[in-house]
Amino acid sequence: MSKTVNHKAWFFVLPVVLLVAFSAIIPLMTVVNYSVQESFGENQFFWAGVEWFEKVLHDDRFHASLLRQILFTALILAIEVPLGLVIALAMPRRGPWVSVCLVLMALPLLIPWNVVGAMWNIMALPDIGLLGRGLNVLGWEYNYTRQPFAAWFTIILMDVWHWTSLVVLLCYAGLVSIPDAYYQAAKIDGARAWAVFRYIQLPKLKYVLTIAILLRFMDSFMIYTEVVVVTGGGPGNSTTFLSIDLVKTALGQFDLGPAAAMSLIYFLIILLLSWLFYTLMMRNEAR
Amino acid sequence: MRKRFLIPAVYAIFLLLPIYWLLNMSFKTTNEILGGLTLWPHSFTLDNYRIIFTDPTWYDGYIASIEYVVINTVLSVAVALPAAYAFSRYRFLGDKHLFFWLLTNRMAPPAVFALPFYQLYSAVGLFDTPWAVALAHTLFNVPLAVWILEGFMSGVPKELDETAYVDGYSFPRFFFRIFMPTIAAGIGVACFFCFMFSWVELLLAKTLTAVAAKPIAALMTKTASTSGYQLGLLAAAGSLTLIPGAVVIYFVRNYIAKGFALGRV
Amino acid sequence: MAQIVLRDLRHTYMAAPRSDADWALKKLTLEWADGGAYALLGPSGCGKTTLLNLISGLLTPTEGHILFDGRDVTSASPEERNIAQVFQFPVIYDTMTVYDNLAFPLRNRRVGQREVDERVREVAGMLELDSMLKHRAAGLTADGKQKISLGRGLVRSDVNVIMFDEPLTVIDPHLKWVLRSKLKELHQRIRRTMIYVTHDQTEALTFADQVVVMKDGEIVQIGTPVELFERPSHTFVGHFIGSPGMNVLPCEARGGRAVFEGQTIDTANGVSYRGEGKGLELGVRPEFVSFAAEGVPVQVTKVLDAGRYRIVETATNAGRTIKMLVPEDERIPEGSARLHFAPERTQIYENGWMVT
Repeated sequence: MSKTVNHKAWFFVLPVVLLVAFSAIIPLMTVVNYSVQESFGENQFFWAGVEWFEKVLHDDRFHASLLRQILFTALILAIEVPLGLVIALAMPRRGPWVSVCLVLMALPLLIPWNVVGAMWNIMALPDIGLLGRGLNVLGWEYNYTRQPFAAWFTIILMDVWHWTSLVVLLCYAGLVSIPDAYYQAAKIDGARAWAVFRYIQLPKLKYVLTIAILLRFMDSFMIYTEVVVVTGGGPGNSTTFLSIDLVKTALGQFDLGPAAAMSLIYFLIILLLSWLFYTLMMRNEAR
Repeated sequence: MRKRFLIPAVYAIFLLLPIYWLLNMSFKTTNEILGGLTLWPHSFTLDNYRIIFTDPTWYDGYIASIEYVVINTVLSVAVALPAAYAFSRYRFLGDKHLFFWLLTNRMAPPAVFALPFYQLYSAVGLFDTPWAVALAHTLFNVPLAVWILEGFMSGVPKELDETAYVDGYSFPRFFFRIFMPTIAAGIGVACFFCFMFSWVELLLAKTLTAVAAKPIAALMTKTASTSGYQLGLLAAAGSLTLIPGAVVIYFVRNYIAKGFALGRV
Repeated sequence: MAQIVLRDLRHTYMAAPRSDADWALKKLTLEWADGGAYALLGPSGCGKTTLLNLISGLLTPTEGHILFDGRDVTSASPEERNIAQVFQFPVIYDTMTVYDNLAFPLRNRRVGQREVDERVREVAGMLELDSMLKHRAAGLTADGKQKISLGRGLVRSDVNVIMFDEPLTVIDPHLKWVLRSKLKELHQRIRRTMIYVTHDQTEALTFADQVVVMKDGEIVQIGTPVELFERPSHTFVGHFIGSPGMNVLPCEARGGRAVFEGQTIDTANGVSYRGEGKGLELGVRPEFVSFAAEGVPVQVTKVLDAGRYRIVETATNAGRTIKMLVPEDERIPEGSARLHFAPERTQIYENGWMVT
């Protein structure tokens, strides 16, 4: 659509800008403020420059959380994106089952995150939980409160349960928007199912897949509540990801300086990688 | 053809299993739950639900949650509508940068804002009110709403606006009488996603409330830690949180596909 | 190449059709000779796309049979029927080059590399795509992409029939003419059965040897473009074809002649009329209406200049509009005039159908 140039449009945008600025800029300024200052006791602040940043960047604990986070996000993306795509391809596109499927898929997305955590927390308990007991019966001496591997297993399973639906719904929407004529032409051309996927479906899904990957990357990188409710970050530190570490530092220990510095670095990492995806997306849309 | 539906069927069972388990537990006594694994309630009880419906500390929690979610949704969408219109119809100084800046807020980890928000809302005296959480959530929801609405609005040709002006409509009348009904599906989708992100978020909801406006989600975690594991009660509380979500999905089920199709989740 | 026979074909999209209106395609029987160029012409919703999809195999008919060269293909898949179809919007494989797009159907049938190359280059030459073979298909213009779609149908030497479903819809107007000519030329050259579905009469009349006019799921008339123009067997055909369409005026019949607003009009088929004189209409094309000293009295209301001729609108005493085509050098009277209808080109229609 051709847009007209109209600077009075700023009035339309003003409420949004004010609201978001209030929520974003003021707190961010606070964070920046804390990140470059050191405090001794109440209301005594001294300029610290980049000291906190250096400290955080060299901090082993931060490195550890960052690495755990990266591993977690990588695993999540590797599982959820292909799985979501496969399920979307298999879902019915016409008929009475469509609504049922859609509602079912959307259900996990609307459960408060701590309820999700609580559900899995209890379900995975080795003696009384469906999953925990089941696994033990099958031979694995599974106990997520004690074994890091079991804890990771549980958390990843929970996240797959929780968020794959997002990928499914996005891919499904993309699939449904492919006009029938393409499938008809492929039929006439004698193409097999794999060729249809490779030459028709996959290219047309590029946009939604990019968004799915972007969203899952961002959200898994920020994960907090579900993990805390299930493992609390443990056993020990084994499931302490970036957000959890940050909150512990900020609200738990009230180490404002390091917490603030870490916040900014954290935000920056996400921004950078998201910006990468965003430009890729924009290039896709322009084409 | 039939075999293909095996995959979503299996996945559907996978999805329903934990929900079934939660419902299962909500009808058991805590003793039975702690006693061992039973696939259905052997001592069926409605006590857990009774407590929740009669004890103000519990049902207040639900009311508090609904309060801020509704405030947030209404606020976010109301504010996003004119902004989305501007982005859709006009080019203005800094528009692309503004749009991008809005999107970056969606990418902000709530954890980063936990402490600053706590201080901010305490400072303006909104701590422990639904307004604090509602406003805090707008940071993430407004960009989302703008993005979704802009997508739907761009699908409506400008000729509609022009025709209305030629017909003598004033802008407010045009917007409310003609434009909004045209993008009704978009507004529905935007409301759905705002509701979704606000209802489920916990970190900020917990941080910004203490007692008066404590949402149900936070109440649950508090109960879990302080009064020991009253699992049956917890399960019932959790089960009840599924209901608003299910209701909302039911209403927008026809638009879910369309909303996701824009890829603007 | 194949002779196509449709026998007692009927189709509905509903599970339990109750009335006639529920059927998208009412019962029809049709026969198409091998190698001809046919058009299915009609307004939106008349069933032409349904019919096309039934022939191509993308739809299975609720009732009836379809035969290719005597062989019953009613339950055969599109692949088995060996057809090609060009859709309303270009359907190409975006990620492949033009060459690979054209080669795709052949490769799926496991044709050898050398033969693939031969066929692809031959078809590309026919369609003037040879300079683009190495380009990515996604980068072509709309008409280029439609050519690729067409090309994919042409590469298969054993294709029985090529079908076109309103293929010029997304093409720029000034290129439509070029493509239309190209299609006609192609047909002359390769002599395969081609069926062209459209709602545009110009496309249908210029392309086809025989046109099937459809309305509401039924065939209204089949004939050559000239037949349809000169002797429309239904007022709908008269109205739909021609620009402007045929004038349809209510009339009565008396003694083998038509009477319109008190004026007696000679018609080509008036003598055959044996009925009551009710529900009758007079049909005459604007091309065959002229000014005369005697005839139907009218007022000249509008004159539109269309270049080589003028479209003149007149109003009768009863307020009916009669349109006429006047050559550019002829004088147009102002105000009152009288109109003469060429008798051999004027027909009487009863309930829409031409009286025979």
